[in-house]
Amino acid sequence: MKNKKQLFIFDPAYRGRTASFTLVIAAYVILQALRSSGNLSSLFASLLVPVTCYIVAAIGLNLNVSVSGELNLGQAGFMSVGAFTAVCVSGRLVAAVSAGIPRLIISILCGAVIAALFGFAIGVPVLKLQGDYLAIVTLAFGQIIKSLITNMYLGFDENGFQFSFVENKCSLAPGGKMLLNGPMGATGTQRIANFTAGTVLIIIALIIVYNLIYSKSGRAIMACRDNRIAAELTGIHIANTKMLSFVVSAGLAGAAGALYGLNYSTLVPNKFDFNTSILILVYVVLGGLGNMTGTIISTIVLVLLPELLRSLQDYRMLIYAIVLILIMLITNNEKVKTMTKSLRSRFAAGRGADKKEAA
Amino acid sequence: MEFLSYLINGLGLGSVYAIIALGYTMVYGIAKMLNFAHGDVIMIGAYVAFFALTNFGLPLIPAVLLSVIVCTVLGVTIERLAYKPLRQASSLSVLITAIGVSYFLQNGAQLLWSSATKVFPAVISNGSLNIGSLQISYLTLITICVCILVMAALTLFINRTSTGRAMRACSEDKGAAALMGINVNFIISVTFAIGSGLAAIASVLLCSTYPSVFPTLGAMPGIKAFTAAVFGGIGSIPGAFLGGLLLGVIEILAKAYISTQLSDAIVFAVLIVVLLIKPTGLLGRKLSEKV
Repeated sequence: MKNKKQLFIFDPAYRGRTASFTLVIAAYVILQALRSSGNLSSLFASLLVPVTCYIVAAIGLNLNVSVSGELNLGQAGFMSVGAFTAVCVSGRLVAAVSAGIPRLIISILCGAVIAALFGFAIGVPVLKLQGDYLAIVTLAFGQIIKSLITNMYLGFDENGFQFSFVENKCSLAPGGKMLLNGPMGATGTQRIANFTAGTVLIIIALIIVYNLIYSKSGRAIMACRDNRIAAELTGIHIANTKMLSFVVSAGLAGAAGALYGLNYSTLVPNKFDFNTSILILVYVVLGGLGNMTGTIISTIVLVLLPELLRSLQDYRMLIYAIVLILIMLITNNEKVKTMTKSLRSRFAAGRGADKKEAA
Repeated sequence: MEFLSYLINGLGLGSVYAIIALGYTMVYGIAKMLNFAHGDVIMIGAYVAFFALTNFGLPLIPAVLLSVIVCTVLGVTIERLAYKPLRQASSLSVLITAIGVSYFLQNGAQLLWSSATKVFPAVISNGSLNIGSLQISYLTLITICVCILVMAALTLFINRTSTGRAMRACSEDKGAAALMGINVNFIISVTFAIGSGLAAIASVLLCSTYPSVFPTLGAMPGIKAFTAAVFGGIGSIPGAFLGGLLLGVIEILAKAYISTQLSDAIVFAVLIVVLLIKPTGLLGRKLSEKV
């Protein structure tokens, strides 16, 4: 199975990369056209930014799970760090930088950088472990981050910042503002995120991830995944290599969370819990490991699916669960596997023949 | 004295975690999969026990038995329908399927029984035993006793019966076990049956301590018990026991002496520290790497 993944990533024509960018740009153009002509319902319009956020976080996680081969169950934790950093930065800069766009860029950058720093700090202990133990520790870190943010109180007034932990001890001068309010999270955030920013963020994420995968470092990461000992023997520094993909993944999640946080006027820490991490993992696995285009498609479909099933009311999440199980059973069915394989080889043979004729 | 009573309460909570963790660790040891739906089996067990006690008016023991039977059947059915076709699939596919099953059970329960919280009847007497100034509730004592009984019975079963031997063989090497004439599929079903039955017992103990029943009831105890299983070394039965007890004690002591809100963070932080010192858990077997 691992060989197949490698073949896909090393596809000589870089078909995956072209497909990803084409998909994102085409989707953006179509959706913008639909929206400006008023053909997009307000429900779908409200989902545009969250979808882009989940896509960016899923691209990051895909790098982690498939390229680096580490099961990360704490992606929502990094999103949370990014989101609350960005909300605080944006809230602090409201007066100084009143224009939305520069403030959005600064906030997202801060969110991404802080999340990446967290990724580095967490990566030092986490990457010493392997397999399911690594997975449980990322899960634990996700829970710890949620728990800490739920207990943080941060406010600022003309005298500067005030911070307290567990109990709210901030006493702000009039005109001051609470940026973080414990379990209530951040309230009164200016909504400066938009769909264009989300699309730009996806494209940046794709550029970063594809450049990493196709570079020397990317090949080193995959070598560590496929055979750690052999990779070490060829002179690859395992810890640094793994750390690179972990930090990039955390940074992307942070940027995604930042955009998400700035899309809502209120944001509670509970939003980024274990279920969110799992949800993003589901997008990645259903889209196909190592396949960024697949990740983008599956994220769009799975975010929309519960909304499309809204007419079924209470049954929609039940159907969502059944769809999830059935997709897994069907894609792993031996008969279906051999069928798709023969179809693919026939397709490849056809292409080969075309090329020969052209020559 | 105060410390001692916290310690005993911790052991009570830890016993519940230990019983749930046994389900995780046995399934992991034999099927090599993380069964994320285990927490939701607990939830179903709690609902069955709740209805048996209130609507059917059954006494405690038959209600628990009914809950155990329903959960056992449920566990085996889930394994047959959802996990068995994926024996050869990657572990990630199995993980996602388990998550699907978990969503299915949660939303099914919400549809059938609504998301409103139901109050679990106080069936285990709420009196307490007084030794000097030390007060121990009967519930805590019963929970600890049940856990010890379960542990003893399971250890005997694993070590003394032929099915138990077959289970150990399967966890060592499934291929070789099959060659020796062991029906591996049957053993995996038995594992799921035992794990789910234990989940039902745990659900009654859990709901007697925290008397509310709702569709996402199993999520947090599930994660905690999973943590306990890893803490003790996943795949190891004494490890799950030890991990569960320690986790319960740490949680209660953290709540009592440090901070109620931060107790979860402390529990997980201890887990991380333990895994850094012993990367395969407290009693986990160290895997040697072949080059």
